[in-house]
Parts: sequence; structure tokens; C-alpha cells
Amino acid sequence: MRNFCVAINTKYMQALTNRAKAVDRRPMTLLERAYLPAIFKGMSITFGHMFKKAPTISYPEKTRPFSPVFRGLHILNRDEEGRENCTACGLCAVACPAEAITMEAAERKAGEENLYREEKYAAKYEINMLRCIFCGLCEEACPKDAIYLSETFAPANFQRKGFIYGKDDLLIPNPVTEPEAYAKAKGGRVAAK
Amino acid sequence: MLLSIDLALIVEKLVLIIVVVMSSLVIAMYATFAERKVAAVMQDRIGPNRAGPFGLFQPLADGLKLFFKEEIIPNFSSKFLFILGPSLAMLTAMMTSAVIPWGDTVTLFGREIHLQIADINIGILYVFGVVSMGVYGIMIGSWASNNKFSLMGGLRAASQIISYELAMGIALIALLMVTGTLSLKSMVVGQMDGYWNIVKQPLGFLIFLICVFAECNRTPFDLAEAENELIGGYHTEYSSMKLGFYLFAEYINMFISSAVMVSLFFGGYDIPFLNDAHAVEKIGQNWMAVFHIMMFLAKAFFFVFLFMWVRWTIPRFRYDQLMNLGWKVLIPMALFNMLVTGAVILYFTTK
Repeated sequence: MRNFCVAINTKYMQALTNRAKAVDRRPMTLLERAYLPAIFKGMSITFGHMFKKAPTISYPEKTRPFSPVFRGLHILNRDEEGRENCTACGLCAVACPAEAITMEAAERKAGEENLYREEKYAAKYEINMLRCIFCGLCEEACPKDAIYLSETFAPANFQRKGFIYGKDDLLIPNPVTEPEAYAKAKGGRVAAK
Repeated sequence: MLLSIDLALIVEKLVLIIVVVMSSLVIAMYATFAERKVAAVMQDRIGPNRAGPFGLFQPLADGLKLFFKEEIIPNFSSKFLFILGPSLAMLTAMMTSAVIPWGDTVTLFGREIHLQIADINIGILYVFGVVSMGVYGIMIGSWASNNKFSLMGGLRAASQIISYELAMGIALIALLMVTGTLSLKSMVVGQMDGYWNIVKQPLGFLIFLICVFAECNRTPFDLAEAENELIGGYHTEYSSMKLGFYLFAEYINMFISSAVMVSLFFGGYDIPFLNDAHAVEKIGQNWMAVFHIMMFLAKAFFFVFLFMWVRWTIPRFRYDQLMNLGWKVLIPMALFNMLVTGAVILYFTTK
């Protein structure tokens, strides 16, 4: 049906846009064959471009500002007392369409209550950043507010194994011992939640 | 007087040669940098800015890179000619600078030193001879590579330079008729008192300019090294510093031909709207020479910039268009220019 409409449009109606241009196949006039006017025109255009601002962002020194909803590297969250939120329920791994998340659960021992919020925790938690598509489904799936996506992206690395982020890469700094680093890693996004 | 060659003269000329050669090398070096910067700025980019402040060490980095590249001489090439090619290209590029008057005279250590390596009375013919030698560098290199694409590039370069040299020569003949001399120095001196030759020979200058672009193998006439058709053209098989020599020779050629154009048509080291005799009385001859050299270089750099400006504006010509332009447009135009110039001179001299 749509094709039919297009056919009618082109045949009986005026063109929808003014982008289509008929090719001019007339022989060149003497002025055009002299090349020079066209060359001067082109040169004035390139000269004009010399005074335009380059849109380049010199990357390592300057970075592009990200939107607050940017989905970058994951961060494993802690609560206000510095305990890990994650209970290794595995819902994020199930939700992950790229199967980038693996984890191993462990039981909290006596005396570890200041480290882990609930009785079960993730002894090992790995995200393969080469597999991850940064869709944010893990963040949506998490019932404990334990994982969210930050506003930074994975830096380049020379080896594949450098892209498998373990707990020590992912865990947010402890808010009790390093409050500044915690606030920085947390960013504006989680605070708004 | 001419034959009074003493040790001091030899030393003087030797120093002058070294200074001129070294400075044209440095200028060519920074022309490669300028080319990349100009290209970047015209395309709304930033360009090389990592090596040193503002990327100023970039040419050094490029040179180092070329030196440390593996040097490959193809098995089936003829080794002697293969090495001769880039050497010849470099040599001829440097040789032209000998007759260019960079400034007037300076007085140092009680000697009058002319800022020109050799003021020969057939300066222009010398330039022409050396420039036409330049194509041998390309031809020999491409032939010795034993590679189809190289040979194609060499063929193109040879036929292109032959076609454009004709128009260039005829355009110059008209200029010679106006100035009445072949020496670059007396041409510049002649322009210092009267008008610049561009005023007397605008059409001749246009033809000359286009032919210089063709002679230097610069866009829009860079068919000899058309990357998308011939891989790299004549320097396909070259690597390391031999490739560097070819590329570098192009930039030296660019600078030297800009200098030739300035001396021929734009008054050489003449500072416009300035009475030189008065200025010399005020600031002395040596300072005047410094300003003259600066003026000359400023004019030459403008033309180097023009080369780059055109390169990043105009796409490459098709081969038949190139030949059409050379034989059917430029040569008749040059002949017409010569005819008109001759007629005007005849009219004014017989009146």
C-alpha cells in the first residue's frame, strides 16, 4: 500500500521534498569551460573554512559531557555504612542479554556484618566489558539497588583479559572511609533516585 | 673583475650555499608541517599538535620515522637506477636555488656580499634546464622499480611535464620580451623602479602559475602519483628515506618555484611603496637587506600557501582533461600572449 502511494505521489503529485534535482546535461558554457571562476569559488569556500571552529574535542585532555542518563561502566553499590548491597541473587545475570555477567555466591560469616548487608553476598562478580552492550537491563533487574551504570566508559586495553572487570574494579569506594571518592563515583545519577 | 677568484670569494660563496641549502631544507621541512596544518584548518580539523608545542616537532618525528623504516630494494629492480632516481629528484630540487636573488647586498667584514649564489646572465634558462632535469628523477625511479604502476606514473609525469613546459616557456618568452633580460637579478632590479611584471604580464603569469603547478606535480595535476589509480604512482616501490627524498623534493620544488615566481612576476625582494634609496640612508644597507629577505620570504610563503590552498580545494584532473588543457588551451593562450606583447612593444618602440 505504501509503495502504491509513493508511486502515485511521484506520478501525479508534486515531489514531497525539494531535494531531488534533475541532472543538468547541457554542454558547458565558455565561462564554465574556463575552469577559473569555479576554481575561485571553490577556493573562497575553503578559505572561509579556515576561520571556522574545529568541532574536535582533544580527547584525553578534554572529554565530551555526557547526558545524565548515559549508560557507561557498571558500579557495584554500597549502602551508607559501606556494606555491599549485592546479594548474588543472579537476577542481573539472568536479565543480561549479552550474558556478560558471572558471579559466585557465598554466605556471610559471623563478624562480616560490616562488609555485607545481607546473609548472602557475591564472592566473585565479573562483567566482561567486551560482551556487555551497556543496555542497563541489569540495573533494572536488580532488586537491591546494588548495580547501576555510571557516566564513564571502559578505557582501552591491550589485552582481552583487561576487559573482564572483577569486584575490585566494580565496587564503589567505601562511603565511610573515602567519602570523596564515593561521592565522585556515585555521580549525580544515583543520588537523584 | 669576473675572474678575480680568491679564497675569500670561495669561502663567501660556500657559506652562502650552505645557508641557502640549509634554509631551503628547513623551509621545506616546515612546509610539510604547514601542509598538514593547512589541510586540517581548511577541513575544520586541528591537525598535528602532539609532538612538541603546537606540534612543531612533527616534521622531525616524520623524518625520524622515515629514517628508521626498513629499506626495501625490490629484487627485480636495477639497483643503481633505483637509488639514482630519488637522489636526482633531490639534487635538481636543490640546484635551482643557486640563481635566485634572495636580497640585495650586505657588507660584512669589509666585503660586499651579493645575496645570490650565482648571478649568471642566463638565470632563467638555468632554472628551466634544472627543472626539466627534475623529471628524470621521477622517470628513472619509476623505470627502475620494475612495476607497472610505477611505470604508469613515470609515463604520466614525463608527458605532463613535456606538455606544460612548452606553454611555460612561451609564457616566459613574452616576459623576456618585456624585461629584455634573462638574468633574475636584473629582472628584480628592473621591477624595483617600475611596476611589477605581474602588471605587464597578467596572462603570462596565469599561464606560468598553472604550468608551475603541473611541473611540481601538485594537485590538480598530481596524476603521476594518483593514489587511487596507481597505488602511489612512481614511488610505489620506494620505502624509507628514498621515499622521503621524493616527498621532500616535492616540497623543496614548491618553495623554489614560489621563489622563482616571486622574482619573475612579483618584484623579488622589492618592498612595495617604499623608496629604497631613502630607506637605505636611514637604516643602513645591511638592515635593508634583512627587510628585503623577509619581504622575499613573505611573498614566497604566500605562494607556498597558494599551492596548499589549491591542493585542498581542487580535485585531480582526468588525464585527457590535463592534455587538453595543456595543448589546446595553455599553448594557444601563451602564443596569443606572446603575439600581443610583441605587437604592443613594436607599436611603442616604433612610435
